[in-house]
Amino acid sequence: MTDATIDIRAGSFRPGTSDAEIEAAAAKAAQHRRRTVIFWRYAILIVFLAAWEVAGRKAWIDPFFYATPSAIAQRLYEWTTEGTSEGPLWYHLYVTMEESVLGFVTGSVAGIIIGVALGRNRMAADIFSIYIKVINSIPRVVLAPIFIMILGLGLASKVALAFIMVFFVVFHNAFQGVREADRAMIANARILGASDWQLTRSVIVPSAMSWIFASLHVSFGFAIIGAIVGEFVGSRYGIGLLINIAKGSFDAAGMYAAIVIIMVVALGAEYLMTMVENRLAKWRPQPLHETQ
Amino acid sequence: MAQEKSAPAIELINVSRRFLSPTGKSLTAIRDFTMTVERGEFVAVVGPTGCGKSTTLNLVTGLASPSAGEVRVMGAPVKGIDSRIGFVFQSDALFPWRTVIENVMAGPLFRGRAKAEATAAARDWLARVGLARFEHHYPHQLSGGMRKRVALAQTFINGPEILLMDEPFSALDVQTRVLMHEELLRLWSEARASVVFVTHDLEEAIALADKVYVLTAGPATVKSVYTIDLPRPRVVADIRYEQSFIDYSRTIWADLKEEVETSYARAAA
Repeated sequence: MTDATIDIRAGSFRPGTSDAEIEAAAAKAAQHRRRTVIFWRYAILIVFLAAWEVAGRKAWIDPFFYATPSAIAQRLYEWTTEGTSEGPLWYHLYVTMEESVLGFVTGSVAGIIIGVALGRNRMAADIFSIYIKVINSIPRVVLAPIFIMILGLGLASKVALAFIMVFFVVFHNAFQGVREADRAMIANARILGASDWQLTRSVIVPSAMSWIFASLHVSFGFAIIGAIVGEFVGSRYGIGLLINIAKGSFDAAGMYAAIVIIMVVALGAEYLMTMVENRLAKWRPQPLHETQ
Repeated sequence: MAQEKSAPAIELINVSRRFLSPTGKSLTAIRDFTMTVERGEFVAVVGPTGCGKSTTLNLVTGLASPSAGEVRVMGAPVKGIDSRIGFVFQSDALFPWRTVIENVMAGPLFRGRAKAEATAAARDWLARVGLARFEHHYPHQLSGGMRKRVALAQTFINGPEILLMDEPFSALDVQTRVLMHEELLRLWSEARASVVFVTHDLEEAIALADKVYVLTAGPATVKSVYTIDLPRPRVVADIRYEQSFIDYSRTIWADLKEEVETSYARAAA
């Protein structure tokens, strides 16, 4: 931040410096800043991994519990080329993704619909708020055994768990977003002639959208948590099962490898979500110093 | 029918409006309020801050109903939101996720007109307020004055017979405000709507209106009514230097000042 400003000043503009010169200097400073950021990001990652590797090899930390980056990479390589002991890695990943995505989609759709409905209907909100509070106070993961008992070891129990993880987050934000919708804007729409349904669809929901999106960002992560916890507790396939098996056989590298896979997937989903959001939110003012 | 045709645009007859405060206490916003707005008349309502000026407008729109008394629009009692009414808000009430033209089209589309027709009408209105080049901009990309113009186009496109304005220009800088006054008077003289213009700015009220209602400090009731007999068309930028304008200003201010002082003393106490 300060680097950039100092760099611009370093040129110490004389009176009569042209706009082009100033812009060129600013662009150069911005590029320099971007490079510095990227450099440090990689530097920190490399130092961290190298320290881990060395510490493991010199037995400063016990590689039996903490593995080493090379062992994890090795395991990932085996899994991708030869498959895991439980069958191909891709199938496990596919199962976990299927559970997460289904739970995420159903949970967020239900959360949005019910959140908007209750946000628009004060009476219903007052009646149901107590139940929502009660259910919300249950730590979600304790529902995993129940869902598995009821819905079995297959897809349904994990989707149900992912659903319940996602639903409350999205519901709360949708509800709050509806409540925060600007009163003048609502009055304006009604006087312009909007019916109740038109008001909900073209004023309330769009204005709650930034709230809803904020919740969608975190809730895909929650959907993955739901799916994996479900798989821990009982399943035949999935990344959660791989972690469970790795744990059972004291295969530290396998556990970390599974975590790495989940990390990559979650980051990818986050990236996608940001892209969609930027698309939908093009009406919002952009900060002036956006560099990318 | 014949009787309805000759009825005034707006009548408030001995209207009172009470609110319940969050603690459950009853508060009176306006009491025994009587006002008549003839067809095509431009009425300004001035009063101290927070005296209940906006409440009178909400009663006319049907967004609020009176606790006592009667509100009539075009001779008939107000039942719900009337499609002949347009409203310009003090705050920015545009839809920020819609482009300028989509904002202006909103009214006709809500009222079930075809999209092509609404687009054409919106283009026409944007041209009239001088924003033809900004169709596809979003509200945040416009200045405050431009956003107010969009709001005017958004309201006028519905062809309102009654136009209610709640301190619409109070957030604008002085120069822009004068331009907007000119713009409003031009649109009004073409549309021939009846206007109720709520403001705390006395000069604005005199420059624009046929009649100025002075309200008392809250609970608001009509203190006095002045007929402004300045010739039209008026040039708002110049009219304030005319002797008759200054005379009106002085007379009405003497009247309004007492109420402002009462209101101020009450707030300070």
